[in-house]
Amino acid sequence: MSLQKQTPMRQQPPQARIHNFDEVPLGYSENEAIVEAERCLQCPTAPCVEGCPVNVDIPRFIEHVKNSRFAEAIAAIKDTNSLPAVCGRVCPQETQCQGVCTLGRRFDPVAIGKLERFCADWESEHTAPKASVPEKNGQRVAVIGAGPAGLTAAGDLRKRGYDVVVFELLHVAGGVLMYGIPEFRLPKQIVQREISALKEMGVEIHVNKVVGQIYSVDDLLGSGYDAVFIGTGAGLPRFLGVPGENLNGVYSANEFLTRTNLMRAFRFPEYDTPIRIGKRVITVGGGNVAMDSARTALRLGAEESIIVYRRSAEELPAREEEVEHAREEGIDFQLLTNPLRFLEKDGAVAGAECIRMELGEPDESGRRRPVPIEGSEFVIDVDTVVIAIGNGPHPLVPRTTKGLDLNRRGNIVADSETGSTSKEGVFAGGDIVTGAATVIEAMGAGKRAAAAIDRYLQSKEKRTE
Amino acid sequence: MYKILGKRTLGPQIREYVIEAPEVARVAKPGQFVVIRLHEQGERIPLTVVDTDRESGGVTIVVQEVGKSTREMGDHFESGDTILDFAGPLGVASEIENYGTVICVGGGLGIAPLYPIARALKEAGNTVIGIVGARSEDLLFYIDRMDAVCDELIVMTDDGSAGRKGFVSEPLREILSSGRKIGRVWAIGPAIMMKVSAQVTREFNIPTVVSLNSVMIDGTGMCGGCRVEIGDEAKFACVDGPEFDGHRVNFDLLMSRQRFYHDEEACALDRYLKSEGKKE
Repeated sequence: MSLQKQTPMRQQPPQARIHNFDEVPLGYSENEAIVEAERCLQCPTAPCVEGCPVNVDIPRFIEHVKNSRFAEAIAAIKDTNSLPAVCGRVCPQETQCQGVCTLGRRFDPVAIGKLERFCADWESEHTAPKASVPEKNGQRVAVIGAGPAGLTAAGDLRKRGYDVVVFELLHVAGGVLMYGIPEFRLPKQIVQREISALKEMGVEIHVNKVVGQIYSVDDLLGSGYDAVFIGTGAGLPRFLGVPGENLNGVYSANEFLTRTNLMRAFRFPEYDTPIRIGKRVITVGGGNVAMDSARTALRLGAEESIIVYRRSAEELPAREEEVEHAREEGIDFQLLTNPLRFLEKDGAVAGAECIRMELGEPDESGRRRPVPIEGSEFVIDVDTVVIAIGNGPHPLVPRTTKGLDLNRRGNIVADSETGSTSKEGVFAGGDIVTGAATVIEAMGAGKRAAAAIDRYLQSKEKRTE
Repeated sequence: MYKILGKRTLGPQIREYVIEAPEVARVAKPGQFVVIRLHEQGERIPLTVVDTDRESGGVTIVVQEVGKSTREMGDHFESGDTILDFAGPLGVASEIENYGTVICVGGGLGIAPLYPIARALKEAGNTVIGIVGARSEDLLFYIDRMDAVCDELIVMTDDGSAGRKGFVSEPLREILSSGRKIGRVWAIGPAIMMKVSAQVTREFNIPTVVSLNSVMIDGTGMCGGCRVEIGDEAKFACVDGPEFDGHRVNFDLLMSRQRFYHDEEACALDRYLKSEGKKE
C-alpha cells in the first residue's frame, strides 16, 4: 500500500477500446480494493460524508472493505444510496467526496468512487442478504420520471413504508442513465440491475406513460396519490442558433446519444434504429455530454473526433477522468474556439466555420468570458456535428400542471432543501428544478424530497386524525 | 405489452390496426400521435391517431409499409398478438373551432390522420369540403368514412383510375378561385403535396394547417431530430407540432431531413426481405 498514490484501476487500452462499446475501467479485484481501503485514514471529521450529496457513510463502508466484509460494505452504502453501481462510475468525485478527502490534502485522495463501484459490483456477483423493506403503510406517492432523481426518491419513499408508483415516458426506466450516458461508461445492464433492486423492494414502475397527457398532476392527486414528486429532468436540447444548424448531419447530443445508447444504433441493422457517422466529427461543448459524444463518435467509426469548446482547458466542465479518457483516445481538443455557422454541401453539413476566442473579464458564472478574436475565422471540414451545449427543462409536465410556479427558463421553482413547490403535495427535484446538473445532485434532490414528503404526509395524517 | 384488437388491410401495403391502450384512448384528440415499438430490437415509430374507442380502449392507427419495421408489422403482427410499446398521446391537438367552411385535403396515407380532424370539424359545426387523393384507386381508403363527415367530397387519382384525374391541389385552387369563403384549410399528406397545397392557399391568403411527419426518435421533445423551420425559428414537430402554419414551413428542409437515412432504411429493408426469403 502506498499512502501517496491511489491504487490504479485496470482499464481497456485506448487503441482497443475505441473500437468497442465495452466499459473502459475494468474494476478492482478484492485485493486491490483492500489495498486502496487501507489508505483511508478514518479521520474523525470525515469531510467526505459532507462532500457527498447523499451523505454516504464513506468511512464506515471503507472500513468494511478493508476488513474484507464486502456484504457489510455494500449494505452501508445502500443505507443512503440506492444506485451505488451508477454513482461509483459517473459521480464527479474529484469535486465531491474525494475533493475534500483529508488524505488528499497531501497525497492522492482515497479512490472512494472506485471503491464504491467495487462494492456494488461485488454484490452483483455474490448473493448478499436482502435489505428488509417495511410493509406498505397505505399512503401512495406518485413519482414522475424514472431518472436519477425519481428513482432515488422512489427508493427512499419505499424504504419509509410508502406505496410508490413511478411513471416513465420512455419505454425503459433509467432516464439519462439509459439514453444519455454511453455503454462504455455505464453499462446499461448495471442500470437495469439497480432498477430491478428497486422493483424487488416493491417500487412499481410503469413505462410508456405520458403524464401531462394521459393524466395531469391534479388527476394523480385526485385519484389516490397523497403526494407527487416531479423529476422529469432536462430533456429539451439547446442549439447554438447559428446558420446551418438544421442541416442533415447536425445532431443534438441527445439525439446522437439516444440513438446510440437507448436505441442501440451501434448494432444497426440488428437493431432497427440507424445512426449516420462521418469521417470527421466535431462535438461542440465541454461537459460530460460532449466527452461522451466525441468518444461515441470514435466508436461508431469516425476517423477523427474533435471537441470544439469556447473556453480553455481549465474551464472544461467535464469530470477529470472523462477528459483524460478522451485525450487518451485521441480526441482533438480545439479549445477557445466557437462555431459561427455550418456550411452545406449536397443537403448535408460539410463544414464548420469557427472563430478563435480569448478569455476576457469574468462573467456572472465567475469564469472568464470568452471573447471572439476578430479576423481569426477558419473552416473545419466536417461530415457530422454534435451540439452538446446543454438542455432545457422537459416541457411536458410543467406546461400541463396548473398552479406550479416556473422560473423564466421554465424550470420548476422548488425549495432546495425540501423540493416543495408552489402546489400543495407536489415536490420536485433534479434537473427539472436546477437545470442540467449531475446524476448525484439529482439523486441528492430526490433524497431530500423523499424525506420532506415523509414529513409532509406524517403531519397531514396528524392533522386529519 | 399492448394487444392488437383488430387488423385490416386497406390497400396494398396499407393496414389499419386497433391497439388496446385504454389510457390513450380516453384522452387522445385529433392531430395527436403515438409512438409504437414492436419488439426489443425495434425502433420507435411515430403514428398519428386515427380514431379512439373509449369502450374497448382501442386506438386506431394506419400504417403504410414503406420500411423494414412497418413491413415486419404487416407480415408478423396479427390480431390478438401484442406489440411491446405504445406511448401517447403526444403532440398538440388540432385547433377545432367553427371556422364556417373548411377544406380538408388528404394525400395518400395523409387521409388517415385527416379523417378524425374532418369529423371533429364537422361536429363543431363547420361545412366540410373534403379533397382526397392518391396515385391510383387501390391506394385510396376511408372514402366512405370521409364521405360520411364531409358535406362535399372530391376524389382525385394521379392516373384517373378513380374520381378525377389529377392532383389534390387542382380542385383546391378551383374552390378558392370560385370566391367561396373558406375559413381554414387542413392539408395532410406527403411533404410535397402539403407544400404545393400551401402554395395555392397562400395566393388566396387562407390560413392553412399542415401536419409534419419529420424523423423522430423519442417523440417527446428530447432528441430534436424532428426540428423543422417555421419562419425563422426552429421548432420541434413532436412537442410544438405536429401541426404548423403551412405558409411558414420550410418544406425543402423537411424533405431533405426526411431523406437523410434513406440508405440505411433501404439496407434494413433489403436485409429483412432477404431474411424472409422475399428477395434474392
